[in-house]
Amino acid sequence: MALQILTANRLTDGVAVWYDVDGRWSESIAGAQIARTKEEADRLEAIGRKAFEDNLVLDVNLIDVEETEAGIRPLRLRERIRAEGPTIDYSVLA
Amino acid sequence: MYRYDEFDHAFVAGRVAQFRDQVERRLSGEISEDAFRPLRLMNGVYLQLHAYMLRIAIPYGTLNAKQMRMLAHIARKYDRGYGHFTTRQNIQFNWPKLEDTPAIMEELATVEMHAIQTSGNCIRNVTADHFAGAAADEAADPRPYAEILRQWSSVHPEFSFLPRKFKIAVTGAERDRAAIQVHDIGLHLRKNDKGELGFDVYVGGGQGRTPMVGKKIRDFLPEEDLLSYVTAIMRVYNLYGRRDNKYKARIKILVHETGVEKLSAEIEEEFRHLRDSELKLPEEDVARIRAFFAAPALPERPEGWANLAAWKKADPDFARWVDQNVKPHKHPDYGMVTISLKPIGGIPGDASHQQMDLIADLAEEYAFDELRISHEQNVILPHVALADLEAIYRALKPANLATANSDLITDIIACPGLDYCALANARSIPVAQEISKRFGSAERQAEIGELKIKISGCINACGHHHVGHIGLLGVEKKGAELYQITLGGSADNETSIGEIIGRGFEPEKVTDAVETVVNTYLGLRLSPQETFLEAYRRVGPQPFKDALYGATAEAA
Repeated sequence: MALQILTANRLTDGVAVWYDVDGRWSESIAGAQIARTKEEADRLEAIGRKAFEDNLVLDVNLIDVEETEAGIRPLRLRERIRAEGPTIDYSVLA
Repeated sequence: MYRYDEFDHAFVAGRVAQFRDQVERRLSGEISEDAFRPLRLMNGVYLQLHAYMLRIAIPYGTLNAKQMRMLAHIARKYDRGYGHFTTRQNIQFNWPKLEDTPAIMEELATVEMHAIQTSGNCIRNVTADHFAGAAADEAADPRPYAEILRQWSSVHPEFSFLPRKFKIAVTGAERDRAAIQVHDIGLHLRKNDKGELGFDVYVGGGQGRTPMVGKKIRDFLPEEDLLSYVTAIMRVYNLYGRRDNKYKARIKILVHETGVEKLSAEIEEEFRHLRDSELKLPEEDVARIRAFFAAPALPERPEGWANLAAWKKADPDFARWVDQNVKPHKHPDYGMVTISLKPIGGIPGDASHQQMDLIADLAEEYAFDELRISHEQNVILPHVALADLEAIYRALKPANLATANSDLITDIIACPGLDYCALANARSIPVAQEISKRFGSAERQAEIGELKIKISGCINACGHHHVGHIGLLGVEKKGAELYQITLGGSADNETSIGEIIGRGFEPEKVTDAVETVVNTYLGLRLSPQETFLEAYRRVGPQPFKDALYGATAEAA
């Protein structure tokens, strides 16, 4: 199976977060906990479901990733953009 | 413009208090996301890829300087310093925190704004010609009727849970600039020989995955029957519109599947019951609303004619901007100014808080405190004396707001696409940026002439690609982005849906493909006066297919 990680958006501010190796919802994908087996994926999915029910996060998803020299890389462009932010140089507060 | 009365203030304040309570209960865990989601959507709060998104209504695209400054303030205080003006004349903020949204609503209410009915299966913001009340070709200002429809449709108990969302657009000008034929209901306000006002009524237009051009079901509906007739349409739709399949739930599908004659007969029958009801518009009520939209008293400014000629002669860039971005006003000493939110290589429709503040200052100083947002994602100063154009241009230029490209190839409509949107399959903004850069030279744009490119990042078509002269639709194919090109769409009086020209193009090839289409047009047009759309309608798709895929290739 493809490697998988758990991602969601934080309830309070909607910011994209990833479930990390320390069991926290992190704003960075870099330290995300990777499921390498069906059992591990099921366990992550259950953690996600519980976090949703506990009103910590929403839009919870297991996503397919690969490990590269640069770190964890989602397979879908959508998830890469979620991890890295908009690909455009948008106006920011000076 | 319309000013809230006590009832409006109380209603919006009540709604803010209600929403504050809902957010508090959500954050405390008292209510689940499943229960909260419809509540937040009723108040314009979506969840996108990176954050929540707040869509604020700008009724029929009209706002004043104070309201624009409030939008700048919200961008600064609660967001990342910018906002995105949309194809429905609204503004979206991309990074608000849920916990801040009640405070944002409260601040908005102080300037008579809100985010109610900017989402959900209800009647959305009623849109109108962005030159309303100023255009030389106008029979009457459509905004009083848009306002009447807004009041009537706000939390209308019968129409708050429709089969699907519902969009109404109104124009009062001969030339349709509000894309009324691609709305659920399109209203074309006209004046007859006796000086009476009435509406041509179109139903069942729309874009999305099943694009349809609206069908005219009424010529010159009397003004007083506006609400009775629209109610009749809504009732027939509410009764027969499909609720089993969201992709078949819009009124366009009902019109298509039922047939326009049969559906029209049902609407007329319902209207027969309603026309003498309390929905009949009393003339004094219409007059009262119309008074809010009275044009400002425009003093004679004849000195502008000579000044303008001299300034244009002295500065070719200014001349180009005037020729492209200033359109004739009812009053000969005035013009309607389009402030382009499409700088070359920029993000279509985005404005920074500094730009919003500057635009507000200019509206106050030179434009009678009036602003409009166009569905083409630009800002309009509707009443500007020709004598003041030079000062406005000098102020806009350093803020990157004086791009002379209104209606030209770089005046691109683009949805937020996969850079922000949870529904998108492909990015729109980077494609728009690259095309804008490729065709950015003023000389080249002038040579090409009027050409509307519209880009959507998914089949929902927020970027209006179906009605682009050149439309681009981003799709996901085998995990990568691919862009389908459609040609020959338009959203004017002769609305047409663009035709898919062939197989799609990869992101790195799509700008070349657009250039091939443009060069093909330049090579075959009969004269520089023949626009892209006219040329396409004359020759059809084949020369473009040949140029893109080779003369022998079969189009996919």
